[in-house]
Amino acid sequence: MYILVSIAILVTMVLALVRALMGPSVYDRVLAVNVFGTKTVLLLSVIAFLYGRPDFLDLALAYALINMVGILAVLEFFQNRARKESGSKDD
Amino acid sequence: MIDIALDILSWILLSLGGACVLIGGIGGLRLPNFYTRIHAASLTDTMATILIFVGMMLQAGLTLATLKLFAIMLFLLLTGPTATYALANAALLSGLKPDAGTASDKPKENTPE
Amino acid sequence: MLQRGEARLSSVLLLLLILSITWLLWSGLYKPLVVGLGVFSCVLSVYLAHRMGFFRHQALLGLLPRLPGYWIWLLREIIVSSIDVAKLILKPSLPISPTVVVLEAQAQTDVGQVILGNSITLSPGTVTLDLHEGKLLIHCLTNEGARELQKGEANRRAAALERK
Repeated sequence: MYILVSIAILVTMVLALVRALMGPSVYDRVLAVNVFGTKTVLLLSVIAFLYGRPDFLDLALAYALINMVGILAVLEFFQNRARKESGSKDD
Repeated sequence: MIDIALDILSWILLSLGGACVLIGGIGGLRLPNFYTRIHAASLTDTMATILIFVGMMLQAGLTLATLKLFAIMLFLLLTGPTATYALANAALLSGLKPDAGTASDKPKENTPE
Repeated sequence: MLQRGEARLSSVLLLLLILSITWLLWSGLYKPLVVGLGVFSCVLSVYLAHRMGFFRHQALLGLLPRLPGYWIWLLREIIVSSIDVAKLILKPSLPISPTVVVLEAQAQTDVGQVILGNSITLSPGTVTLDLHEGKLLIHCLTNEGARELQKGEANRRAAALERK
């Protein structure tokens, strides 16, 4: 049963990757990467139960923290770049 | 008896969670533009997270693992909307128009505005 | 403003308690060195939270006891709206009608408004795009979702959460 759930999560991760490759705008790609990250957390927790190794839950929590900070950092980067570009156009 | 009932309940929750994850993934591909795709992402982010984690908590019973699962779920549910808001707000500030209706973003690329 | 105040000792201690319980549960090792590191990181976290202005938002720890009731209501909303969104996505005709609405937040404090915005984002089908001076810009997947939102139940509940 855990195997079915992890397969469903893996399929969704592939779909998110497809969207990340296709995505017309930068924000589509960031959204897809965000979905990919949250699904990784879910997958790690399911794997912890699939193999009966609770230590994987710690990894899941660590990954959740890193994913959140990573997404915010990437957004900050793109926002800064957009601001700089619009600023240089105005000059 | 109660054990079996809990088992069945948790399997139902887990399979519903898997279905939610899949539907969200499909929606991410099917929906026409960025702002509508956020809704599909939020379906997998909230509903699937709740269902799968509650299902696993029922399997784990009263152990440290349940507490950890609950903490991870709480963390995901608290930070998920913040990240989504940051993303949507960044897109809005960058000038991506939200009132495009059902228009797909593919033909919009061809027509110069 | 209303929510600005001095850092209170009770909320500092409460945060310290929560952090140390979390550390003890997670580490599972009770050697002096590990516990010492834990104490160090808890104190460092509290100091950083103080520098970020965490304790100036007095409402934050005060509304903890009222949160579970709000979460139960929110859970019901999330279940209902995710069934709706799942149906929409699976229908071959994809009958979506995206709408953008402006909602005036009834909650007065920053914390209440952020809780309202995040709850709206959390329930599938509605996403907060912008929160500025008590006005929320919300993107809804369907017209019905927008109308449901403008009835203002979420607004009322979030405002009730911060009431003293």
